Amino acid sequence: MSELTTINAVRDTIAAKKVSAREVAADYFKRISARNGELNAYLTLCEERAYRQADRVDAMVAAGKPLPPLAGVPVAVKDVISTRGIRTTCSSKILTNYVPPYDATAVTRLETAGAVILGKTNCDEFAMGSSNENSAYGPVQNPAAPGCVPGGSSGGSAAAVAADLAVASLGTDTGGSIRQPGSFCGIPAMMGSYGRVSRYGLIAFASSLDRIGAFAHCVADVAAVLKILAGRDPNDSTSTTAPVEDYVAGLGKPVAGMKIGIPKEYFGAGMDAGVREKVTAGIELLRKLGCDVREIQLPHTDYAIATYYIIATAEASSNLARYDGVRYGPRVEGDSLSAMYRKTRGAGFGAEVKRRIVLGTYVLSAGYYDAYYLKGQKVRALIAEDFRNAFAQVDAIVTPVSPVPPFKFGERVDDPLQMYLADIYTVTASLAGLPGISVPCGRIGGKLPVGLQMIGPAFGEAPVLRLAHAFEKAGGATL
Amino acid sequence: MKISREDVLRVAELGCLELSEAELERYRAQIDEILEYIDKLNELDTANVEPMAQVLTEVQTADATLREDLVVPCAVADEVLQHAPDPEPPYFRVPKVIER
Repeated sequence: MSELTTINAVRDTIAAKKVSAREVAADYFKRISARNGELNAYLTLCEERAYRQADRVDAMVAAGKPLPPLAGVPVAVKDVISTRGIRTTCSSKILTNYVPPYDATAVTRLETAGAVILGKTNCDEFAMGSSNENSAYGPVQNPAAPGCVPGGSSGGSAAAVAADLAVASLGTDTGGSIRQPGSFCGIPAMMGSYGRVSRYGLIAFASSLDRIGAFAHCVADVAAVLKILAGRDPNDSTSTTAPVEDYVAGLGKPVAGMKIGIPKEYFGAGMDAGVREKVTAGIELLRKLGCDVREIQLPHTDYAIATYYIIATAEASSNLARYDGVRYGPRVEGDSLSAMYRKTRGAGFGAEVKRRIVLGTYVLSAGYYDAYYLKGQKVRALIAEDFRNAFAQVDAIVTPVSPVPPFKFGERVDDPLQMYLADIYTVTASLAGLPGISVPCGRIGGKLPVGLQMIGPAFGEAPVLRLAHAFEKAGGATL
Repeated sequence: MKISREDVLRVAELGCLELSEAELERYRAQIDEILEYIDKLNELDTANVEPMAQVLTEVQTADATLREDLVVPCAVADEVLQHAPDPEPPYFRVPKVIER
């Protein structure tokens, strides 16, 4: 059954009664039990729920009913997304025993479309990190680059797909947390525009930035999952009514003549030579596909990291106030209510989360708010304006995903500023609310995967997916 | 130095976070470096720039902002309390807050 790694392969084989949805799920659980000890991609498995859903699909097949688009497709869900009755930890000790009383809308939509949820995937604690080394439950191994980090924060979701332990997975992206692990693990990975996918049930990190998106083995599957997730949800007031295009149907359309902008600010110092070589080859391939490639300017790029780490930490410090030892998680007793809060939070949060709470509280505190938080919001407006100006001239913007290829464990974790600086190519689209995909763009020395980022205008998911699909079909992954 | 030991202690107090001595010094040094870096934003004149709190335009959120104020049943209290550290249904129990 090892060939059942794409949505169509799974769905068609089940529809043809060559295999049952239950057998597909069982096969995936078998693979997980063989490899998860080494990879640590999954934190929690939900066999009972998975088989219940698989049986529903099999009953539809038996009854000759039309099958929904993801019928029987095994998927994984990042552990910051709520699943009713299934432990959801955010990879934090502070939620070690938390069992949500409801499903996130993204989860409901996947299951309504017939998908079979296998389990919950490891990530950086509360999605804060770029290497998955900030998980309270241990790091994830990169199946595409042994000995290296899988990227983060959605490292488990990326690794699960890359290792064939799921056909597709949900991740979340706040400053690059889908695109960068997609790049590091050598698979396509996309976040839609801010407001495109409901976040009801997503445990919040930075509310003006957080988005849910998808990983899969091919761009067509990313498009299929995104189409299921996208659209208005009355339970999330930030989800928009903007119409959802049929992303899959649009994939075959030609890309010749598409105007592609290459921002010169993204090719300065600090980029690894191997990454530069692959990304340059990727851009050349787009030219061969007939795209009209031209240089553009995004002049405020150099201010994006500073802006992002003000806004993201400020919002995090506020969102994480709810973990106080009263409603969920383990409590550490103290002599008073406030002592209990302090001890519970001091013991329950890991180093990166505490660092961000301190920084975020500082930039919001009296006397510093204007100098940091307000200033950050103003520069954010300038960064968004850069993109608006650029999209008056081009249809898509193409950049590297990360200035560095997958790196070794422990190499960067003790230097937070260096780790933050490596988010430079991804935080910009996050701040501006734009859709972005990472698509495989060769491997350095035939080993370390490199991703190419394609960014579209707000709600321009369809052209971005079409471009990524054409790039993939033209051999982008083997450059 | 952008941030002092006292600043970190004050912020940790605001954020209800107990930090060990080692954490205190480590975070102070790391956050100091980050704040030095963030200072580069002051190269930009933003006097006439409107701050951007979120990215959606009014058109995109027009339908999303207002809805009818309807009461809908939400029968999850038992499930919620079941996983609380110290439940006493239908309440969460906390350490004594008011001294007599």
